Amino acid sequence: MMKRVYAKEEVCIGCRLCEIACAVEHSESKNVIRAYKAESKRPVPRNFVEEKGPLTFSVNCRHCDEPLCVAVCIAGAMVKDEKTGVVLHNEEKCAGCWSCVMACPFGVIRINPAEKRTVKCDLCAGRTMPACVQACPNRAIVFEER
Amino acid sequence: MLYYDQIKNYRDFEVQRDEDRCIRCQVCVRQCSYDVHEYDEKYDEIASDQTKCVGCHRCEAFCPTDALRIKKNPSEFRDNALWTPQFIKNIYKQADTGGVLLTGMGNSYPYPVYWDRMLLDASQVTNPSIDPLREPMELRTYLGARPDSLDIGGGSGGPSLKTVFTPQIPVEYPILFSAMSYGSINLNIHVGLARAAEEMGILYNTGEGGLHPTLYKYGKNTIVQCASGRFGVHSDYLNAGVAIEIKIGQGAKPGIGGHLPGEKIGPEISLTRMIPEGTDALSPAPHHDIYSIEDLRQLIYALKEATDYKKPVFVKIAAVHNAAAIASGMVRAGADVITLDGFRGGTGAAPTMIRDNVGIPIELALASVDERLRREGIRNRASLIVAGGIRCSADVVKAIALGADAVYIATAALIAVGCTVCQRCYTGKCPWGIATNDPYLAKRINPEIAHEKLANLIRGWGHEIQEMLGGMGLNALESLRGNREKLRGVGLNETELNILGIKHAGA
Repeated sequence: MMKRVYAKEEVCIGCRLCEIACAVEHSESKNVIRAYKAESKRPVPRNFVEEKGPLTFSVNCRHCDEPLCVAVCIAGAMVKDEKTGVVLHNEEKCAGCWSCVMACPFGVIRINPAEKRTVKCDLCAGRTMPACVQACPNRAIVFEER
Repeated sequence: MLYYDQIKNYRDFEVQRDEDRCIRCQVCVRQCSYDVHEYDEKYDEIASDQTKCVGCHRCEAFCPTDALRIKKNPSEFRDNALWTPQFIKNIYKQADTGGVLLTGMGNSYPYPVYWDRMLLDASQVTNPSIDPLREPMELRTYLGARPDSLDIGGGSGGPSLKTVFTPQIPVEYPILFSAMSYGSINLNIHVGLARAAEEMGILYNTGEGGLHPTLYKYGKNTIVQCASGRFGVHSDYLNAGVAIEIKIGQGAKPGIGGHLPGEKIGPEISLTRMIPEGTDALSPAPHHDIYSIEDLRQLIYALKEATDYKKPVFVKIAAVHNAAAIASGMVRAGADVITLDGFRGGTGAAPTMIRDNVGIPIELALASVDERLRREGIRNRASLIVAGGIRCSADVVKAIALGADAVYIATAALIAVGCTVCQRCYTGKCPWGIATNDPYLAKRINPEIAHEKLANLIRGWGHEIQEMLGGMGLNALESLRGNREKLRGVGLNETELNILGIKHAGA
């Protein structure tokens, strides 16, 4: 069992503050204004707010028990940490083949066009609560064991 | 602005965007339900149409970089004490449309707020004050009619009470959530109100829009309302709560009815109100079966019959000129609880002229009704709840000292869940997700968060009420009820002091 990030679509308001928090957390400065305005690399969030009419929810990596992205990765960049269960992506190794993007059934691996590599959720290593969960103003994202 | 009707440029607010801080995340664009902000991808720019801004501050509150400020438009007409901008702008508006000016929430004119002209007493030297953290402090209140006298029986087992009481509702705090219909506010708020009422041992009021099937389980903390439109009123509904409130009038719009437009009557509201989808929900100005105190008595007793005399019947009126005489009639007609709604009471929609010019201050109405019922010897036959502009726990304490048994709050409850009193409830586009049934906007209220915030508000006020009571050397709210000796007026004239039944400070 591991804690994962879950979306509650009934209270998600589609503000996308979770995307901003994610992008800032994975930026160099971790400062919201500097990350967007001063850093040379535009920050890329690892989560996606899906939207159709009133239905909105924030989706990110499910950290699958049998991750397809790991199976298809030709560069060995995608690995599942056996201890924590977190599916990690080593951007240094990433060849930019987009196989993981095509394989992921949830569509939660993002192409970073500037870097020609993919990025994905790492459950905010080093944080007790992922940034997206903390930033949600309506408790529409929860971090829990299910 | 180009292509705009010129008067729109006399806008109320100004949107100030700090370009050094704005990161173009477009949270403001998505949060504004009035389409003020618009992102232009080509120029990577957010343009704000300030003429559409209602001053709700949603974008400012949600901006992750603190880049937005909503300020009053500093543009000024030439000073004129009579022709203030409000009157000038209203005339422009009506000259354009020929319509009735609409607004939401309560009276916003600077009429005197009597709560702010009354001060509370405290113990010094001659009587000890009480620390509520160390000693018991009773806030529980019973709502319902009390008998004229108690019949005590004797016997071998000791004394016993022989008088049979009519139904009494215990509430743990003298603060109830006032009537707001399902339709005027959405189900998420109703769930929050119901859960908070359950947790805190108080009551919430359905308003006249019926009771959604999922809320029947909160019956022990529910007052069901029966208003002139009789929406959603049926036998199960009447028996669902602990009390029934007949709404004759509302403080924000005494003497007039209500109108929920057909566009807002979706499937769930249609089901709850028992009217077809898409039809206008019109509440007539009067109850068509009540034209006298005798008629009111018939409805009170019809409702008591329908509920087997197990539910107290509340009767709510707007505080108007002859409130005291009317209240006397209401008690004699069999009302167990009288609700007085002052002219600052809120609404989801009312004609501006009515909201701002009809009715009287609740403080004066409360004092005169309590005084009249006492003089007639019938004060015990009904509890007295006041509503309309209760802003803080001190207002509650002052109301109790003036003679109220409890207060209703609604505007304060909505502010607790985010409302900024922008007074645009009637548009149905509430950016805070409160006065709207738009599914995209209504989600902005998470019932779980609303429940916590509302319960916290009651808890906080409860602590403060206990502190104020303790300071006066009282250990029960009952000892303060109608105890006007604990109040002193400041800056009030002789007539006002007489009506309020209080002395001036220093006397």
